[in-house]
Amino acid sequence: MEKCIACGACSEKCPQKVSNEYDAGLNKRKSIYVKYAQAVPLKYSIDSDTCIFFKKGKCKACEKLCPAGAVNFEDKARELTVNVGAVIIAPGCEVFDPVTYDVYGYGKSPNIVTSLEFERILAATGPFGGHLVRPSDHKEPQKVAWIQCVGSRDIHAGSQPYCSGVCCTYAIKEAIIAKEHQKGGLDTAIFYIDLRTYGKDFERYYNRAVDSKVRFVKSKIAGIVTDPTTQNQVIHYIDEAGRRVEETFDMVVLSVGFKVSQEAVSLAERLGVDLDQYSLAKTSDFQSVKTSRPGIFVCGSFQAPKDIPHSVIEASATAAEVESVLAQSRGSLVKTKEVPVEKDVRGEDPRIGVFVCCCGTNIAGFLDVPLVVEYAQTLPGVVFADKNLFSCSQDTQEKMTDIIREKGLNRVVVAACTPRTHEPLFQETVLNANINKYLFEMANIRNQCSWVHSNDKDAATQKAKDLVRMAVSRVSLLEPLYDPEISMNHAAMIIGGGLSGITAAINLAEQGFHAYLIEKADVLGGNALKIHKSWQGEDVQQRLAEMIGIAGSHKNISVLTSTELKKVDGFVGNFKSTVETNGAEQVIEHGVAIIATGALESKPDQYLYGTEPNVLTGLEMDSRFNDKGFSAKGIKSAVFIQCVGSRIKERPYCSKVCCTQSVRNALKLKELNPDMDVFIVYRDMRTYGLREALYREARAKGVIFIRYDFEKDLVVDKDNGNIRVSFTNYALQRRMEIKPDLLLLATGIIPIRENPMASLFKVQVNDDGFFVEAHAKLRPVEFATEGILVAGLAHCPKPIDESIEQAKAAASKASALLSKEKITVEGVVSRVDEAYCVGCGRCEEACPFNAISLETRENGEKISHVREALCKGCGSCAAVCPTGAASVFHFDDREVLCMVKTAFE
Amino acid sequence: MSKKTVASVLVAGGGIAGMQAALDLANSGFYVYLVERSPSIGGTMSQLDKTFPTNDCAM
Repeated sequence: MEKCIACGACSEKCPQKVSNEYDAGLNKRKSIYVKYAQAVPLKYSIDSDTCIFFKKGKCKACEKLCPAGAVNFEDKARELTVNVGAVIIAPGCEVFDPVTYDVYGYGKSPNIVTSLEFERILAATGPFGGHLVRPSDHKEPQKVAWIQCVGSRDIHAGSQPYCSGVCCTYAIKEAIIAKEHQKGGLDTAIFYIDLRTYGKDFERYYNRAVDSKVRFVKSKIAGIVTDPTTQNQVIHYIDEAGRRVEETFDMVVLSVGFKVSQEAVSLAERLGVDLDQYSLAKTSDFQSVKTSRPGIFVCGSFQAPKDIPHSVIEASATAAEVESVLAQSRGSLVKTKEVPVEKDVRGEDPRIGVFVCCCGTNIAGFLDVPLVVEYAQTLPGVVFADKNLFSCSQDTQEKMTDIIREKGLNRVVVAACTPRTHEPLFQETVLNANINKYLFEMANIRNQCSWVHSNDKDAATQKAKDLVRMAVSRVSLLEPLYDPEISMNHAAMIIGGGLSGITAAINLAEQGFHAYLIEKADVLGGNALKIHKSWQGEDVQQRLAEMIGIAGSHKNISVLTSTELKKVDGFVGNFKSTVETNGAEQVIEHGVAIIATGALESKPDQYLYGTEPNVLTGLEMDSRFNDKGFSAKGIKSAVFIQCVGSRIKERPYCSKVCCTQSVRNALKLKELNPDMDVFIVYRDMRTYGLREALYREARAKGVIFIRYDFEKDLVVDKDNGNIRVSFTNYALQRRMEIKPDLLLLATGIIPIRENPMASLFKVQVNDDGFFVEAHAKLRPVEFATEGILVAGLAHCPKPIDESIEQAKAAASKASALLSKEKITVEGVVSRVDEAYCVGCGRCEEACPFNAISLETRENGEKISHVREALCKGCGSCAAVCPTGAASVFHFDDREVLCMVKTAFE
Repeated sequence: MSKKTVASVLVAGGGIAGMQAALDLANSGFYVYLVERSPSIGGTMSQLDKTFPTNDCAM
């Protein structure tokens, strides 16, 4: 495997074509293959189930052709034994195979595809090169339908009773992207039961789809029939009013849900991990990543169906759990790399080496590489130039290091692919030859020459020469830079003593770090103090009391109640924060901060709330249940109204928790008084994921669910002393009236208005007032500014189990920093030439990271100062500076303008 | 003092969840064995075209 240079010659010549599972079976791959172009490791492997040699004993075409001698037919599967302190299982899920049901017609026409197949059809790397066409005739479809809940929310054999939690959103995404592909106005329709866009910013996405004319049809599918001549699909469905309707589409996408794989089940069985009724790993709400077996943790869709950001959060939560279990041995097995000593080349004349990459045939097939090499040798300062077959392969890296040493090079240019992916690798190569990693420049002759000028070899070659000339001119001016090191204070400050804050504090304390837990109220607990049960029915008050007990007595936790954060100075590793407790101030030094300031239950100013004692919010109902003296005997009927103050114009988001809370409370009322009539008046029931079981149970136990028309008035008034709820039944389009004894308003979650944390830490909130994470998918607990993290309701509405997971995820990110003595930050930062600075302060205004500010000197002069730890090197300050005092290291005017000048030579 | 623990972790599954868990642990001072059945890591996410709501490339 080490020898493979991923040139692809083997795959090209392999005579065996098999179905390509990566493209969901829509096209073929070879028996020797890589899954996809960016695969890691990028090494070809032989699929022994289909390889001709393994089946018939001869062929070996790949072995004969491999230029690196990397093919080894003698290789055997080996068993390895490793000694580990903990195990995390993350086997994921498969998607449902719709062939199980003939209702959907899957397999009867190539134009009925699964949503995963449709992803591949849309993808530029997919079977049709990203061109949206029907598989049957490769023509662009005019009408595409999506069928939701295929294999989910279905109790028939072979399907899953749970909601897969992701399909509503991905169907909307696929519809929007499909419309973008087909600029001629593609007609898209999504056939659904309940539209479940419950995640952060998901509702906005749904509204955007409605605005861009994606049709949403609430319906029950009766069958899909293929017209054999046109290969069009006729969808037969029952609409909400019970009418039978038919509509014809060119293509149908089946939104398939998650299904546990047999491999995952057998892995769990081998490990002795208990499974639940769906064969998913069994967990609890307060310990949602712990399996039944100590030391084995679980994350991802095998824990429960979930989307990417939730999987990422949960993965970090498992890491935090493992870190706390194994804390005492942290670092004992880590291999540290020796950093080569850098040679001081300042003052030396440039001795530049240029390496031009062929990238197999990816570059050399489209431009004249030897000619570019020859040209590079003529450029000023260049003492060496040569070509590489694959610059990124390990052996070439070593060869380059040797050449740099041998030829005494002090600057290097690699003309190859994009610096976005490969610059760090080549910087390491240069460093291994004892040269500062900033004395390096890349020319992207793959993307900018062989890709865009693939039909014109001369032009591609000429442009490659131009790019190499520009890179050489710049590299000769570059100066060595050093990534600044910052010391790390090993304490964390957690702002907010609710469930999230307490969880993060306990985890960090167990990992051996000190946690300051700051709470504004006089007790810990936050919103959780009012919640009755978690969705799976765990006793919240009992668990919360246990956790508060642990936090209060742990030697690594300082609990500061009745305390507010007043001021934050410093940066990652070196925060100095001022807090005030009952009028007394103190300064706390800490390395990281976790914002867990929570959110509030919205209090309505409508529906008789506040004037009528029997009109309550969800949390108020929970508090009644917590009260031992509560009796439901006298209550004959109860109505829950969903989405009070959520999913409206002023608050266009779903509060995520209210549907489940209402269903759970409805069940509780039925349990306390089985004769009570309980109604839930809703827009879409969003009991997502495994919570679907509660919804099913509620219907079975006689809770009546009625969808109301949101566009028509929902009125609550008094009639002869009784509460009266009147609304329009969506299905019947008729007014209905209920006179309940108890009215429950699912009022949703609202952010803390003008949360002071936003200005104290200079972090952003979104339009709804929740904090904005660094990346919605991949960095869901971090901010763009290093060392500041977010967890719980301050980030967006979420239930207890997910808040706890996010708090643990934040603790994991915190420990990655706290466990180090020093961290390095990027050397490409701004600098201010004090001689030219006039102290106008425009740079301070322009800086998005709070990294540059005016300082007053002893003589009263104002001078700009850069805090390197906060600077991201974006150059905003340099762009606004009127005198040229501010510039960015590595990209100053001289270094950039010389390239411009050289380009026109 | 309790029994000395081993500072390494086995992560079974190289999809987005497994990779993220492995990265966090490695960044925090633990040695990780990331085990994947297929020839490359990436899992289901690598098959997706774009991700919502930014329509970023899933790769």
